Amino acid sequence: MSKILACTDGSLYAPSIYKHAAWASKRIDSPVQVLHMLNPHHETPLNSDYSGSIGFGAKSALLDELVELEAANARIAQKRGQAILEDAEMVLKAEGLENVSTMQKHGKLSDEIVAYEDGADLIVLGKRGNNANFEKGHLGTNLERVIRSCHHPVLVTSREFDEPKNFLLAYDGGSSAEKAIEYAVKNTLLKGMFCHLITLSHDSAIIEKHKAAVKKLETAGYEVESYLFDGSVEEAITDTVIKKSIDLVVMGAFGHSKIRQLFVGSTTSSIIRAIHKPVLLFR
Amino acid sequence: MTNTKYFQEWFSNPRRDIIAGTVVALALIPEAIAFSIIAGVAPAVGLYASFCIAVVIAFLGGRPGMISAATGAMAVLFIGLVRDHGIEYMIPATILTGILQIGAGYLKLGNLMRFVSRSVVTGFVNALAIIIFMSQLTQFEDQGLLMYGMVAAGLVIIYGLPRITTAIPSPLVCIVVLTGASMSLGLDATLNTVGGMGELPSTLPVFLIPDIPLNFETLSIIFPYAISLAIVGLLESLMTSTIVDDFTDTSSDKNRECKGQGAANIVSGFFGGMAGCAMIGQSVINVKSGGRGRLSSFAAGIVLLILIVAMNDLVSQIPMAALVAVMIMVSIGTFSWSSIKDLRIHHKTSSAVMLTTVLITVFSHNLALGVGSGVILSALFFAYKVSRLLDISSELDVAKTGRTYTVKGQLFFVSANSFAEAFDFREVLEKVTIDVSHAHFWDLSAVGALDRVVLKFRREGTEVELVGLNEASKTLVLQIATHDKPGAMDEMGGH
Repeated sequence: MSKILACTDGSLYAPSIYKHAAWASKRIDSPVQVLHMLNPHHETPLNSDYSGSIGFGAKSALLDELVELEAANARIAQKRGQAILEDAEMVLKAEGLENVSTMQKHGKLSDEIVAYEDGADLIVLGKRGNNANFEKGHLGTNLERVIRSCHHPVLVTSREFDEPKNFLLAYDGGSSAEKAIEYAVKNTLLKGMFCHLITLSHDSAIIEKHKAAVKKLETAGYEVESYLFDGSVEEAITDTVIKKSIDLVVMGAFGHSKIRQLFVGSTTSSIIRAIHKPVLLFR
Repeated sequence: MTNTKYFQEWFSNPRRDIIAGTVVALALIPEAIAFSIIAGVAPAVGLYASFCIAVVIAFLGGRPGMISAATGAMAVLFIGLVRDHGIEYMIPATILTGILQIGAGYLKLGNLMRFVSRSVVTGFVNALAIIIFMSQLTQFEDQGLLMYGMVAAGLVIIYGLPRITTAIPSPLVCIVVLTGASMSLGLDATLNTVGGMGELPSTLPVFLIPDIPLNFETLSIIFPYAISLAIVGLLESLMTSTIVDDFTDTSSDKNRECKGQGAANIVSGFFGGMAGCAMIGQSVINVKSGGRGRLSSFAAGIVLLILIVAMNDLVSQIPMAALVAVMIMVSIGTFSWSSIKDLRIHHKTSSAVMLTTVLITVFSHNLALGVGSGVILSALFFAYKVSRLLDISSELDVAKTGRTYTVKGQLFFVSANSFAEAFDFREVLEKVTIDVSHAHFWDLSAVGALDRVVLKFRREGTEVELVGLNEASKTLVLQIATHDKPGAMDEMGGH
């Protein structure tokens, strides 16, 4: 069964996640499943007893204490999660979707996404999560790890939803960019939208590939405007997005190794951060 | 992804991990010294071992937040080796223990823990507490009433102070107060101090190659000890990791823990320390103080090293009474007090397994023997219980010339006899049907019993039909049974 998996945490981005999911659902005709993860509660110890003494029944006393403390918090989190999912269902139904399901699971999204993305055509995430207001300009704590572990296209939503009329495809000749072209050709999600195909290279082999990609898109019925630039990928893409008022950016994600990223930083992350538009990522 | 997880296991909780690690380090000093004294070696050995093990386990262990160091369970196993062969054999025994544990990790022997029942675990924990407690009693010899007074005062501080404040470790206060009293009142003239028990380290541990002949004779001396050490170390570590799993509601990698314990012991050996393992008491203290990550164990090791090198002179002034008080606390905290109350509630067989584990350990001073007996006893009890799940009923045909026996349950060596005895061979019948569709034949004894029954009926001139043999049982019966093969009668003599 194919589906669109919308991952929510009830943050500021949630309404936009639902709207993007609804939009995608109508375009590719797939049902939406909303996933809410209850974060593991045991990561932050709650007590502070530095007495270092252990008395009669120390083990069971400590266990009881920990269970009691966490049970109270977990119950609250569970109730909150249910409310979030009910809200999601309401929003999606109001958007005119009939086939909406919800799912609440324990665990961290970045660790568990692999288990739930099975059979999903598209995964929808918010750019930022619960701490969005405190760390403006930073990415959601989970985002990169989730994207890295996903095998399916990921739609990272911006804070506001505007129905996309055109998209920018950043093409570098790599395998994930090739996947994006393939997706545009075969899938109905982007059909009928104006395509800006952008490549940053003066390597003739890549330029050849770029031309082939333009042809592929045109045969698939897209109106394509092609750009060949030199220089910084981030700048070129953010500039074009503003100049041409692009609605959606499509690109390959995290092509570089983790080591390089540690020193240079990730191109993908900085683009997601810089533009205030949704980004569709391919691995 | 595993890298990210490993990183998180280190740094998800740094502030609390470091505080908890410090609390643990303070509690480790008296324990490491006391366990060295139990084993009959200098306090330096236990202190270096605790440092090495805590740090190596921080990197390689499978259970973040668990504390490993020199332990009582391991120390009691060293007594004989050090007494009979000398301290130089302790180091190769420690290294061999580590090698065996790494082997166990690669062979995934951690999975064997499932054969250690809950009752055996309780017995292990109780035996451990009793051993720690008893080992402290020797410290009271020739010390007079003053010693009892000091220990009592220490225990009052340890258990009284947390009622007033939980901000500072009460065992530490106990040590500081008793040391101060002993120094200022000049009690160290009559009471033993740590300094009197052997040399304390004033330097960082150094790498050294053991100074013994590497030959078969050495191996034959250390191997039996290393086997016991490896088993006890892994048992206590895996039990403790289960306890920490429960505390933190997270899972751990048992086989990785086995390998980590092995590596830690090898490193400890090369730095002149003794073999250790995870510590139930210290792990409880760590979790209680907020420690959850690998950093807590690392911090405990580093703080311990700083303290022993920097505070060398002061540590030697600590009166033994203070250590004894701390160790009594550890044994009280380790003992499972609810198990005494449970003796009345739990099934008698469970209590018997628990008590056997405790008694054998306390008398042999070897937890491996205690656990071994416990496991065997619980397996026997289980076999007996399953054997009683055998029900044989029979019904006479309308014509009164035939009878149908219906067998339900498990047939194996324990139940084979009751199976054979359930048939009435005196009855004169033309045909007997044995319906075994709800029975399973597990072994040679079961098939042998079936053979005997079938052949015995035949000798009475009764025709026997076997129905409903399930596939697994059929394979076994076809391979082994004699009743369906020619010459069956000839071979029956032996039975």
